[in-house]
Amino acid sequence: MKKASVREAYGKTLVELGEKNKDIVVLDADLSGSTKTQMFAQKFPERFFNMGISEQDMMGTAAGLAAAGKIPFASTFAIFATGRAWEQIRQSIAYAGLNVKIVASHGGITVGDDGGSHQALEDVALMRILPNMTVIVPADAIEMAQIIRVITNYYGPVYVRGSRLSFPVIYENKNYSFKIGKGDVVREGDELTIIAMGLMVHHALAAASLLALEGVETRVINMSTIKPIDEGIIIESAQKTGLIVTVEEHSIVGGLGSAVCEVVSETYPVPVKRMGIKDRFGISGKPEKLLSYFKLTPQDIAQEAKKLLNNKPRLLRAAN
Amino acid sequence: MLHKAGSGHTGGSLSAVELLIALFWGKIRQDPKNPHWSERDKFVLSKGHAAPVLYAILAHLGYFPKEELFHLRELGARLQGHPDCKFTPGIEVPTGSLGQGLSMANGMAIAARLDNLSTRVYVLLGDGEVQEGQIWEAAMSAAHYKIDNLCAILDNNGLQIDGWVKDVMQIEPLAAKWKAFGWAVIEIDGHDFKQIFEALDKAEKIKERPTIIIAHTIKGKGVSFFENQAKYHGVAPNTEELEMALKELEQ
Repeated sequence: MKKASVREAYGKTLVELGEKNKDIVVLDADLSGSTKTQMFAQKFPERFFNMGISEQDMMGTAAGLAAAGKIPFASTFAIFATGRAWEQIRQSIAYAGLNVKIVASHGGITVGDDGGSHQALEDVALMRILPNMTVIVPADAIEMAQIIRVITNYYGPVYVRGSRLSFPVIYENKNYSFKIGKGDVVREGDELTIIAMGLMVHHALAAASLLALEGVETRVINMSTIKPIDEGIIIESAQKTGLIVTVEEHSIVGGLGSAVCEVVSETYPVPVKRMGIKDRFGISGKPEKLLSYFKLTPQDIAQEAKKLLNNKPRLLRAAN
Repeated sequence: MLHKAGSGHTGGSLSAVELLIALFWGKIRQDPKNPHWSERDKFVLSKGHAAPVLYAILAHLGYFPKEELFHLRELGARLQGHPDCKFTPGIEVPTGSLGQGLSMANGMAIAARLDNLSTRVYVLLGDGEVQEGQIWEAAMSAAHYKIDNLCAILDNNGLQIDGWVKDVMQIEPLAAKWKAFGWAVIEIDGHDFKQIFEALDKAEKIKERPTIIIAHTIKGKGVSFFENQAKYHGVAPNTEELEMALKELEQ
């Protein structure tokens, strides 16, 4: 399966947009080689600002640039962007709804070797609770490029969570266009729905293939916008399949799984199984090994799905 | 205004009265009838709790009716407890959580430079506020990017909520710190208009680096029983105190 770097897609798209739109400015906190904003820095040095290792000042400066009409993209690792500078994002950016695009890399456990200190498992939750904030997680490099174009033309604060790892390509040669707030059905099925974000969309598709071998037809949704979440597609899935599994490379507290549960519980209650990191910190290891360790492989997802399907009658009785 | 609201920051507003009057009537180019005029100078109240003095000035300049001053902090009023650009014309960016205004001022100053505008950006910092680490991150950035269309003013009134700044967390030597961070430093008496104007003029001529005016002030200035009293940091005067204060100010 072809893989492509989500980070590279960000860097390239920034350069492409920067050519046309002179209001785009880019800030980084000493990680421009990793986040790929370096590509923009080399092309447009006068519109690139390395703020040094000071994420809080970076977010504040981005807010000031936005208040003066610029379109700032601020990048660093996901944990430093959303954790270290959370209150700056709250007060200086989200509070006034300023037009700052926070595009982070290194979300999730697939950061790998660097370990728990560097693996953001809380970032989506931290951004999702902020009023005015839009939260987006691309499923592959093609979608990332589309997201960057779309958010450039959208006024308001946005958080985009990228990854260190290259992702298998899902949207090549597909007639897909990303829209803020729209989930995408990447596979149809009527017995169960898997809603995933980021790399987990690929894993969910692989899990659906495994389930199909056993005759189970699974609906798979790429929920690339976590906020505002696509309530319509969640309700439709609940009605159609009666069971939902959410999969995220993020804490099961406060992220995609929580967002789906909020919708389902208030509209059309069906059993939801949240797969992700179970309220703990990450650890060092190779990304592939960590995905197995945290039970986020396609096999793990298929197994959880089967457990849920076996319990379906009982769970549905309980829900009703 | 504060008495009517029943809460708010009296002391830290009064220490900055002369500084802001000098700035808004003597320096800042802006148009209250057109608050978004693209070539305006900009002001950031980083010590957002001094909102009352800023609101009084903006009202006198005509950004909104003076009558609104008496609805400070009320539900539905435009004058929020801390400056909020969503509600109040004349406010550039939201502040209130300390330590964040200088970074935003830097961003606005850089944007003006990118747009070849002659805009100058002024930011008022509190002395207790510089205990925040972000201030020093921003101080580094302003010097690194040679932001000379930026002028910070430090309202050095010596007090913070819990007492004297020197007792709570020593910030001295202030001038030496800012100099070491690459700033031009001017020290003045922050209640002396002549000194304030001279400093603002001088700051405008300093190139290739940012300037900070360290203004030595008195918290609660103008009302004897407010002066140098930490307890009036975040407390509004009661009816009796208000009458006494107004009587003193009239004299």
